[in-house]
This record gives sequence, structure tokens and C-alpha cells, in this order.
Amino acid sequence: MDFSQNILSILIWLPIAGGLLLLAIGDDNDVQSSRSMTMRIVALGMSALTFIVSIALYKWFDNGTSAMQFVERVSWIPALDVYYYLGIDGISAPLILLTTFITPLVVIAGWDSIKVRPAQYFAAFLILEGLMIGVFAALDGLLFYVFWEAMLVPMFLIIGVWGGARRIYATLKFFLYTFLGSVLMLVAFIYLYGLTGSFDLFEFMNVPLGMTAQRLIFIAFLLAFAVKVPMWPVHTWLPDAHVEAPTGGSVILAAIMLKMGGYGFVRLSLPIVPDGSAYFAGLIIALSLIAIVYIGFVALMQKDMKKLIAYSSIAHMGFVTLGFFLLWSISSGTGAGLGATGGMVQMVSHGLISGAMFLCVGVLYDRMHSRQIADYGGVANTMPKFAAFMVLFSMANAGLPGTSGFVGEFMVIIASFKANFWYAFLAATTLVLGAAYTLWMVKRVIYGEVANDKVADLEDLNQREFFVLAVLAFAVLLIGLWPAPLVDMMNVTIEHLMQQIGQSKL
Amino acid sequence: MYNYYLAIVLAPLAAAIVAGLFGSTIGRAGAHWITIVAVGVSCALSLLVLNNMFWGGYESENISVYTWAVTDGLRMEVGFLVDRLTALMMAVVTFVSLMVHVYTIGYMHDDPGYQRFFSYISLFTFSMLMLVMSNNFLQLFFGWEAVGLMSYLLIGFWFKRESAIFANLKAFLVNRVGDFGFILGIAGVVMFTGSLDYAEVFASADSVAAQNIEVFSGSPWNAMTLVCILLFIGAMGKSAQAPLHVWLPDSMAGPTPISALIHAATMVTAGIFMVARMSPLFELSETALAVVIVIGAITAFFTGLLGIVQNDIKRVIAYSTLSQLGYMTVALGASAYGAAIFHLMTHAFFKALLFLAAGSVIIALHHEQDIRKMGGLRKYMPITYWTALIGSLALIGFPGSSGFFSKDLLIEAVRESHWHGQGAVYWIAYLSVLLGVFVTALYSFRMFFLVFHGEERMDAETRSHVHETSAVVTVPLILLAIPSAAIGWFTVQDVLFDNYFGDSIVVNSAHDVLGHMGEAFHGSMALFLHSVQTPVFWLAAAGAFTAWFLYLKRPDIPATIKDRVSGLYNLLDRKYYMDDLYIKGFAAGGRSIGNMLWHVGDEVVIDGLIVNGTANTIGKLAGVMRQIQTGYLYTYAFAMIIGLTMLLSWLIWFR
Amino acid sequence: MIGLQHYLTISAMLFVLSIAGIVINRRNLILLLMCIELMLLAVNFNFIAFSRHLGDDTGQVFVFFILTVAAAEAAIGLAILVVLFRNRRSINVQELNTMKG
Repeated sequence: MDFSQNILSILIWLPIAGGLLLLAIGDDNDVQSSRSMTMRIVALGMSALTFIVSIALYKWFDNGTSAMQFVERVSWIPALDVYYYLGIDGISAPLILLTTFITPLVVIAGWDSIKVRPAQYFAAFLILEGLMIGVFAALDGLLFYVFWEAMLVPMFLIIGVWGGARRIYATLKFFLYTFLGSVLMLVAFIYLYGLTGSFDLFEFMNVPLGMTAQRLIFIAFLLAFAVKVPMWPVHTWLPDAHVEAPTGGSVILAAIMLKMGGYGFVRLSLPIVPDGSAYFAGLIIALSLIAIVYIGFVALMQKDMKKLIAYSSIAHMGFVTLGFFLLWSISSGTGAGLGATGGMVQMVSHGLISGAMFLCVGVLYDRMHSRQIADYGGVANTMPKFAAFMVLFSMANAGLPGTSGFVGEFMVIIASFKANFWYAFLAATTLVLGAAYTLWMVKRVIYGEVANDKVADLEDLNQREFFVLAVLAFAVLLIGLWPAPLVDMMNVTIEHLMQQIGQSKL
Repeated sequence: MYNYYLAIVLAPLAAAIVAGLFGSTIGRAGAHWITIVAVGVSCALSLLVLNNMFWGGYESENISVYTWAVTDGLRMEVGFLVDRLTALMMAVVTFVSLMVHVYTIGYMHDDPGYQRFFSYISLFTFSMLMLVMSNNFLQLFFGWEAVGLMSYLLIGFWFKRESAIFANLKAFLVNRVGDFGFILGIAGVVMFTGSLDYAEVFASADSVAAQNIEVFSGSPWNAMTLVCILLFIGAMGKSAQAPLHVWLPDSMAGPTPISALIHAATMVTAGIFMVARMSPLFELSETALAVVIVIGAITAFFTGLLGIVQNDIKRVIAYSTLSQLGYMTVALGASAYGAAIFHLMTHAFFKALLFLAAGSVIIALHHEQDIRKMGGLRKYMPITYWTALIGSLALIGFPGSSGFFSKDLLIEAVRESHWHGQGAVYWIAYLSVLLGVFVTALYSFRMFFLVFHGEERMDAETRSHVHETSAVVTVPLILLAIPSAAIGWFTVQDVLFDNYFGDSIVVNSAHDVLGHMGEAFHGSMALFLHSVQTPVFWLAAAGAFTAWFLYLKRPDIPATIKDRVSGLYNLLDRKYYMDDLYIKGFAAGGRSIGNMLWHVGDEVVIDGLIVNGTANTIGKLAGVMRQIQTGYLYTYAFAMIIGLTMLLSWLIWFR
Repeated sequence: MIGLQHYLTISAMLFVLSIAGIVINRRNLILLLMCIELMLLAVNFNFIAFSRHLGDDTGQVFVFFILTVAAAEAAIGLAILVVLFRNRRSINVQELNTMKG
């Protein structure tokens, strides 16, 4: 069956339709009731179906071209020359696959641990999935913006409704932070619309821009994306949001929503304002390196597991922005593409690893209702299978070769050495810091004597949890041992991007 | 041969996966059988490969297994480079590993984590083989970190013990400090050569040496020096060279078989192997070689001294390992790569032997490790006694033993390395290795006498149970004792002087001390007969005699010395305060920086001042503004009218 | 001769008086409503004056509309006032400050 003409629309609207269907089925707080079961099966079925469709996307995807594929273009608001314009290339395709891969796992992970309004919870995730795919696929500025902002709403609700004690503070902080940035992005879009008379991203990329305009647009984009990544110093919403979010929310937030920032830099900042990006590259590199070192130290001292992982996410995302902006510091030869590829791989890998780490914490939280490291100790005694997974993902988080965490870091460190010895020096501190904060947590949580009676009563993973973690472990190891399929997907696109941003638009 | 290589590597991996994932299904016997068979296959094939290389005249092979990733013109592959250096390492690794596997059956006999342990050591064997067989820097780094991971897991094998989980974290972090340098070194290699493949990198080594890099602006450094020193920092971490040696003694918290396998015979020698493998690079930078030789000399001498005051049987051997690794590093720095690898090989046998013998003693005494509570074990444990004696003699370089050939020639090579000049570097290196011989003999025979001779200091209950350990323990001891005693005789000529390593080790002709020595070498017998005329022999003899005198003849003297020079004793007992420096300095410092950045940077400045500060400012502004909002109708009406009037006036007069 | 400006002056005076009534009166809500009516009357006055002055009857028609609307408004206003009084037991303007910020 060939539905490649509409595959992106299917990927976007299928989960959204699934979400609406779930809302129609409605809630039943009795977990065992048939309505409750139907609702879960629909949620899982819809997300799984989306994943299956995305496999077809992978199969049909052509690695050999940097042009947009699976393009759909329909007039949407003729008066403003706005199109419903979708298409993907080697940069967006892996992220879409990541999204469709993670969402079913989140649904399985939340299978019966959500007691309040489960149907609405799953519906929020499915709708969110569709919107996130929309962001990755949109090629029209306004469409991009609509998906971008709409995405905030389900996440706002997920944290605000199913979150922890301080959820209102966290969710407001999350919303205001991200909204502040994205409004400026809209201003930039409108300015560009004024110049080109269209919201087409390719028009934006081709229009010549003066230096002042480029700088201003870059700042507007920077605020929007830096908050999402998040870059130091606009990162403080992330630990709060993660701590308060339910497990599934944390997973989606860390695994996919943070990638929006990185994606925005590659899709918009770099090609639309190359000279502005060149002008500010030093700043971005400095902020990324600060994030890697500073946040590494901060993560070391966290007492809350989720906060620790949230901080480690910030440090890891520092590699993404570092990799993207190395181009202008590398004088000759190869290396710039290596940095950008490394940044992209790091995004995908971080999606898997941080998602897995948050799921691990979720497994513990479901049993003990505590995220404090001090409440644990000797978990390996009572939960050996879980301990094995936790150690594996921690090692991946610390960037051990053979796991996906290593691939991106390795590429970025190599590329940054070409740019400047000290960039590489600071970036490589993550080898020590990353191992220190992750493994210290492992030592205190997993190893040691059984700390208290609650730990002694822990039960090991059930089949459902085992399945989710095993699938993620497989993906982490696969990318770590053989990243070629992933890298090949984006090679041509990144090469093209590097040429594109190498040319001045002045 | 490709299939053989794959089998050598994959057999332990497959066994490890089966034993690890299906351990409860296949049971204890199943776990040890499958791993032992797999490592046995690996070992047999490795010996075959070595045989082919050694006598069969096979050429070295450089094979790519699969492409890991290609991007931006950089090929990252997984592949094997099997040459004579690799073949030797493979044989050593798999042989010691096989011995340790067998020994483990006895040592871990009643441990609940039996299957897990076998899975780990098999996986370690796989990682180590990946490391030595690699043909590129990427895979080298993979193996490098994977053996680090296995070391982490195995040191912390008894994860309930606080000392074990402290030691494994410490080991991993200190190793990571080394890897920090190592990955920068690899990045430097890629920057200057554009490739990760050994062959391509070595081919363009000369052009690297011709370049400069400004690390600090205004002072250009030779690119090769920078790259080599960075790579060597990696070796310092893995091979426990000062000042990154602190993790190795603590790692003794792990089970004894892994101390033998990982922390004596194989993993810790990875750094030595790596530098030998990188000889085409190191040969181009005399500065880097000088750094190597000085670090090695410091390690060799000063960690040896620490061995004298230790009372834990395994820690004594651990410090001895540090010191011997220092010797190997010195040899590397003297461009005597062959001597370093030769010593690596003999050391792997006799040090694994010593560890396993110590393990045998520990089993017999029901996990007692304090040598002050041992003594007189000779008559209870004859096999352990004789094998430990062979190991100790090899360690001090007793003429004829394997250690004699490797160490004697190593010291000779250092003495000959005149191209380091006659300055401080040369004398530090030479005196350290020379005096180290005395120290080595002193601490090894101190331990030997305290354990096997003299008065029986264990309690009566233990003494009544002491007996020789079972065959799974003693057979590996015997099998390791044979090469420890004899392997030097018939390999020294080939390995060191007959250009065994061929192309796999490159030595600048100006540095070629081994070639120089080869001209004066007349076979192992001549070397043996000549030995009594060397200072090395007499220093070793003096050390052993001192040990006998102090610990058997007049056991009261050490206590007196300890009281007389308590300052020196404390310095040694506290390991030169290095641990305190790391724990109280770096670790605690890092934590306070973390706390400061978190509480001050994030919470006060960013969140307090900027984020919530903005919110508060808006709140305050609103507080002022709301005063206008009185709530009275008449104020609103009045404001409306005033506004209207102003608007009208503006329309009438200003438009 | 009484001209247009006299009418306009009266109208303006009525208007200002009603404003003063609204602003100065702080007791009675009914007075406020009456002032609003007075304001409307002032406007009506203007309409009639201009209608006469310009010889156009439309203005006078508007006056009838305004009167009707004013009557309706007064009715609704009084109704609200009654409800308010029932709830608050007071029509004192100074006590009605729920909208205070």
C-alpha cells in the first residue's frame, strides 16, 4: 500500500485523532473496568500504529538527497499566502522517528500507574505526539509556529494536572519561559513575512538580509530556542518542570521537547541568518561550554534523582548547540559537518537515554513514592533486573562507548578540538563530571546494603516495565554499536546545510 | 584467518551474554562451563595465531569488520589489526583469563553471584581483546572504556560492601581523568591526520611532527608532543601511573581472581600496550618520551616503597604491580618498547600467579587478608608455597626466572638510553629502576616470609582448618608457575633482539637501545652466567636478605625503625597523602563548587534575581498601579471624563 | 435676542453640573443615576438647539430616541439598584468598592 504522498499528514493527525477518540471514550477511574481497558488499548493501538507508519517512512526515506521528501503543500490561508506545507529531510526524519518510538513506550509505562483521569492523560500524550511531529515536519513559518505553540498546551496540562506538589509553580514557569521566547520568534517570522510576502521557510532562507536584521532575527530565534534546549542561563525551568511532571511527562519533555530547540537552530537560525549565526557563534559556544561544565558541577550535588537527570540533560544538550555552532571556528578541512552530525546524533541519543533514565526513576517512584536519593540504597539487592538496566543507562548517560551516549559526544569533541584546543578541553570534562554525577547516584541508590525496610520490600520489574526498558536498552546499544544507519540518514542533508550556511546572505 | 579472529573475540562475548542473561536457567555449572569453553577456544586460537606469527612467518593483517559510521570524510570503523605485538597480547590475555576462569570455580565457590561473575570476566576478556586487536583509535577507545566498565563492575562485585563500591567509583573516576586526556589525544590525532585508522595515522606521523599548535597563545607547541602527552595521560589512568595511581590499591576490594586478571595481568597493562602500539608517534617526540620516562620512574620507585609498609596481602601485591608498571613505563620512555612488552608478558604470568597464590592463602584462612595474622603456612600449603616462591623470585628478577630476563634487560636498556642526555631525566630514570630492585626484593620477601615462614600467628580455630586448596585453585597456580619460571629462557632472544615485533613497533634509529644491546647479546645462557656480575643481582639479593633479617631473624627491628622514623612511616602509611589530596581536595572541592553554583548561581542569581526577580518586579509595579484602581464609581467616571476631554482637546487643537 | 450660544451655554452648564454631581456625590447611588439623566438632557438640549439652528428636524427625532433609551436605562439602573440594596442593605457609593485593585 502506498500512502507516501500523505504519510506526514497521517503521522500528524492519526495520533491527534486517537487523542480525540480517547476523550470521547471518557474516563473511568476503575482500572479494571472494560471501558478503562478499551481506552488503554486504543491509546496503545493508536501510538503503535503511528510507529508502524513511521517505519514505512524510514523505509521510503531516501538517504541520497538533501531535498525535502514526502512534501505536501495545500493552500491554508490564501489571504496571507499561508500554506499547509509539510516535508522532511535528514534532519527532521530521525527526530520524527524518535517521537513515534518514544510515545508508545510512554503509553505502556503509564499503563496503570495513572489513577486520575487516565483517558485524558493518554489523550494529552497522543495529541502532543501529533503536534510534535507537526513541528518537525512543518515547512511553513506560520504552520510551524502554530504547532510550536499548540504543543505547549498538552504539556502544560500534563504537568499541571498530573504533576507533583509544586506543579502549579512549575507549569507556570515552564509556560511563561517558553512562551516568552516563542513570541519573539513570531515577531521574527512576521518581519520576514514583510520582506518576502510569504511564510515559506525556503523563501526565508533565500531572502537577502542586512547584518543588523540578521543579528536581531538571530536574537529572537535564540531566545525561543535557547529556552527550549535549554541553554545556560535560561535553563532553570527544566529541573522544576521535570521534578513536578509525571514520569511520562518527564520522558516526553526530555526526550523530544528539548530537541525542538536544537531542531530550531538547525532548521531556522543557521540557514535563515547565517551571518547572524556566525556573529553570535562565539557566544553560543561559550554558553554551551558553560552549560557542560557548570551544570556538570550542579548536577553532582542534586539530592533529587529527577533533578539530577534534568541537570544532566542540560549538560548533554550543551553538546548539541556546541556541535552546531563550531562551523565558523574551524578554519579548514573537515570537522564542521562532524560537529553538526554529532549534535544531531546527540539529540537522538539523549532522547533515548534521558527517557530511559526518567523511566527508571519512575519505576522507583511508583514503588516508593520518593525521588530523594537519600531514601534509597541497596536497590540492587531487591531489584536485580532493574539494577542492571539502571547501570546500563547510567553508563550510557556517562557516555560510555558502545552506548549511544558516546557517539555524539565523541564527534563533537573531535570537531571542537579542530576549532580550538580549549573548547575540546572543556567539552571533554564531561567524561569526568558525567561519570561523577551519574555513578555517584548509582552508588547511593543501587549499591550498598539495603537501606531501609521500604527498600527491602521492593519488587523487581514487572513484565511491562521490563519490556519498555529492554526496548530502550536495545536502541541505546544499537546506536552505540552501529550508528551508521542513523548517521547515513543525515549525512547528505548536513553536508548541504553546511554549504548553505557557509554562504553569506548579506 | 579472519574467521579465527572473529571467533577469538566473539566466543567470550557470546558466553558472557548467555551466562549473564540466562544464568539462572543454565545454573552454576552451566555458567562456568560455557565461559571456560569459550575462553578456552579463544585461548587455543590465540596461541595458534601466535604460533603462526612466531614460527609460521605469517604477515600481519589489517581487516575491517564493519563500518561504524562515516561522516564528513571521517571513516569510523571496527576492525582488527593482528600483527606480532597483537598476537603476543592476545595470547597473554586469553591464557591468563583462562587460568583465572578455572581458578574462579574454586574461589567463588559459594558466592551467590557466581553466574554474574563468570559473565563479567568473560565480557572483560572480550573487551580486552577488542582493545588489543583494534586497528583504529575509535575501537581502541571502546575497548579502553569497556575494560574500565568491567573493572568498575568487578571491583564493585560485592556491592553490599561500602569499601567495594567506594573503590569502584574511585577507580572509574580516576580512569576517566585519564580518558579525558586520551580522548583529547584522539581528537588531536584526527585533527592533524584526518583519520582514526592506525595505518593512515602512522603514515602521516611525520607531517604531524612538523606542525605546531598554539595551546596557550604565543607559545607554539609541537603537535606531536601535545598529542603524545595527551595519549599518555590516558595510559597514566589505565596503567595507574603517578599521580593517577590511587585507584589501583583500593581496587583490591574486588574478588581476588579479578585482581589477578584485571589489576595485574591485563587491563592495567593496556596503557603500556597502547604506548608501544603508538611507538611511531612517540618516537617523533623526545619531549613526550622524557615525560613518559620520568612519570614511570617516579611510579616505579615511590609506589614500591609503599609496598613495604602495607599489611594487607593483596595491597602489597597491588603496590608491587604499580611499581612494575612503572618499570614498563620507564622502558617505554627509553624507547625499549620490546623490553616493556616483554616485561609486560612475564609480569602478567608471575603477577597473576602471585595474586592467585594470595587468593589461595585467603581461601585457606577464610578470607583473612592481614599478613600479620598469617605465618608458617609453608607446611600446610606446599603447592601454594612453591608456586608463590617461584612468583616472588620472578618478581625480584632471580637469575633464570622469567622476571630476571625481562627486568635485567629493561634496566640495561634504561642505562643505555643515553639520548635522554646525562641530565636529570636520565639519572632519575636509571637510579629509580636500579634502587627499585632492592625495594622490590624487600617488600616481596617481607610478604613471603611473613606469610609462609616464621611463627603461626593465626588463631587456633583457623589453624585447625588450614589445608591446601582444591585442584581448581592449584592447577592454575602450577600452570602459571611454569611460564613464570621458564618462559624467559627461550623467548628473550626472539622477542627482544631478533626483531620479533617487526613493523608493529617503530623505533627511531637514534633511540634504538635494544638494537644496540643486541650486538652484545650472546644468548640467554650467557646472560644468566653474567648475572652475578651485575648490580641488579646484588641489589635483589640484598633486598631479600634484608627482608629475611628484619622479618624472620630479628622481628623486633622493624617495630623499632617504625618508632624511630615515625614521620617517614606515616608518610608511607598514608601513601604520601595522595588519597587525602584527592578526597579532601578534588572530590570535596568539586562538591563545594557544585553546591555553590547550584545554590548561588542557579537559585539566587538566575532563579532568584532574574526569573523570579522579573516576576517580583512586575508584581511590585502592579502593586503601585493598583492604587489607582480605587473601586469607586465616581473616580472611574471622572477619569473617563478627563480622558474624553483630553482626547477631544487633542482632536480640536492639535490635529 | 436669545441665540444658539445661549442654549449651548445652558447645555454646557447642565453637563458640568451633572459631572460635578457624579464626582462630588459620595453618598447616594440614586443621585448618581439622576446625574446621568441630567447629562443626557444636556445632550438633548444641544440636539434641539442645533436642529433649530440648522433647520433640520433629524436632531429632534434623535432626541426622542435618546429619551426612550434613557427611560429604559433608568428602569434597568433602578432595578439593579434595588437588587443591590437587597443584597448590601446600602446604596452608599463609598461602600461599593469591590472593584478595588
